[in-house]
Amino acid sequence: MTKQSIQTIKMGLMAISLFALVACSSTSDTEEGGMGGEGSSGSDSSNNGSARTNAGSTSGQLTQEEIRAENALRQTVFYFDFDIAEFKPADRETLSFHARNLAANSSERIRLEGHADERGTREYNLALGERRANSILNYLIVNGASRSQIEVVSYGEEQPAQAGQSDSAYSRNRRVEVVAR
Amino acid sequence: MNLRKSLTIILVGSLYLMSFSASAELSIQITQGSDNPIPIAVVPFSWQGNGVLSEDISQIVMNDLEQVGEFSPLSRSNMLSMPSEEQQVFYRDWRILAQDYLLVGKIDRTPGSQLVQVQYEFFDINREIKLAGEVLTGSVTQLRDIAHEISNVVFEQVTGTRGAFTSEILYVVADYISPERTNFRLEKADYDGQRAQILLESVEPIMSPSWSPTGRDVAYVSFETDLPRIYIQNIATGERSQITNYPNLNSSPEFSPDGTKLAMVLSKDGSPDIYVQDLTTNQLTRITDHPLIDTEPSWTADSKSIVFMSERTGQPQIYQIALGASSFEVERLTYDCFQCLNGMFLPDGVNLVHVRRETRQDPNYQIAVLNIETLRVIPLTNTSLDESPSIAPNGSMIMYATKFNGRGVLDAVSIDGAVRFRLPSAQGDVREPAWSPFLN
Repeated sequence: MTKQSIQTIKMGLMAISLFALVACSSTSDTEEGGMGGEGSSGSDSSNNGSARTNAGSTSGQLTQEEIRAENALRQTVFYFDFDIAEFKPADRETLSFHARNLAANSSERIRLEGHADERGTREYNLALGERRANSILNYLIVNGASRSQIEVVSYGEEQPAQAGQSDSAYSRNRRVEVVAR
Repeated sequence: MNLRKSLTIILVGSLYLMSFSASAELSIQITQGSDNPIPIAVVPFSWQGNGVLSEDISQIVMNDLEQVGEFSPLSRSNMLSMPSEEQQVFYRDWRILAQDYLLVGKIDRTPGSQLVQVQYEFFDINREIKLAGEVLTGSVTQLRDIAHEISNVVFEQVTGTRGAFTSEILYVVADYISPERTNFRLEKADYDGQRAQILLESVEPIMSPSWSPTGRDVAYVSFETDLPRIYIQNIATGERSQITNYPNLNSSPEFSPDGTKLAMVLSKDGSPDIYVQDLTTNQLTRITDHPLIDTEPSWTADSKSIVFMSERTGQPQIYQIALGASSFEVERLTYDCFQCLNGMFLPDGVNLVHVRRETRQDPNYQIAVLNIETLRVIPLTNTSLDESPSIAPNGSMIMYATKFNGRGVLDAVSIDGAVRFRLPSAQGDVREPAWSPFLN
């Protein structure tokens, strides 16, 4: 499972101050909701540090919409509530950007890796991880992605992001990761 | 008794073993003993040959008997005499020590060969009679097998139940090397964790080991292709083949008790459902058909029905369906829990071992037994992350996975909840025990 970057790199657009400004001023809860969960930190290792603009944007100046797309595509881990297989409503907008990106880049392939925390039986968690990944899969397809672009796999509770029995570890482990292929 | 034959098979089999000894052996720790154990004296077996034997047969027998809880072996230091055969036994010596049973024996080299012969004799002190006795022959590397055979005889003579001391276990170990790398191993060991061998190693998850009824093969799930797929591996030769490559989830392989079929979970048709593959014709039959999760198949003893977990009523509950029945003819077995999962019948076909979460508010998962006739529930564990129960072939104990000090360990509990023992491990998370069928 090599974690390739989802996007090719186009430098010079990630002025952090600009990002912060937008995040703060945005009335949407995209970023907060997306990072979700008590245990999420701002430096998740599976987030890609790179991004690029969608086709068509050639100038150095980005629209607010483009910046939002950049930020959305940089979020590749989506956290879930305990016992729940549906992604959080707060992630809907972020996932819409992922769907549009897939629709606009038909050669792009991703893998949705579903995970569960360790509570409950392993086989149930394997199935639950798949349901979580499918909840995102279905949303991406409804919003323009093609089924053939997306592979789904569940690891159940076999690959925790964080070891231990704490609530914060559990909340980091209930997740779906978007991995570029 | 066909020990000589079976030992020969073990010996020949060991030549072909692809596996090697695991670095860290598990060893048993009794965490809760029986209230009223049977006093038994196991006298150290005399050894007539040169040198020191690698194994202490009588100590292994004592450990076996103590672990399962029914017995309380007499300390060697309290023995008044150390007989090794019948003529040396004075019942009075053992009666005044309040012993009910006595086991004595001696070990000799077999003339002109590398083999040893072990003679044992087993006595009822109160009735002053010899209950059993025979001579077992094997190589010095098989002293452990011989000891477990003797434990089987003692256990059956006293309890009337066949002993399971020669049975084995499969389990998975996950070793966290770094945040990016976990080593997964499928291992096999004696029922008490001794003589562990690695059957498979991978940097991707290994799950759900299941014995074939002959003990010859193991089915499991490996993510080695980056996707969960089912494999069957010959335990002695290491020869393996991939059994499934269906889209999406392929999991939970379970051999039918008659060995002709493999139950499994596939989500190729949308959501996880139970399927059965005929191992002769490879024909795949869909057993359940529901848009919510169906998983964790186990077989009834007659190989005609499958017990499984389903979310069809909103939360996991346990159901049963006959092979060949319509997917609507499903019988629900559990009602009184928030979640009941991973059900499997004891050999009596009436008591259902399962994993249980009583309430929504309290996410503790424990092992329990439900009598499906009386609906009585007996909780067997009281920790919070108990799962993967597996039943000893004689139905006397259940081994399961739990957490201790944050690490995965294997515990065993007697079917009445009275006796417990733990197989501690040196490192890594140990999980998913699978107790073998009777192997000889």
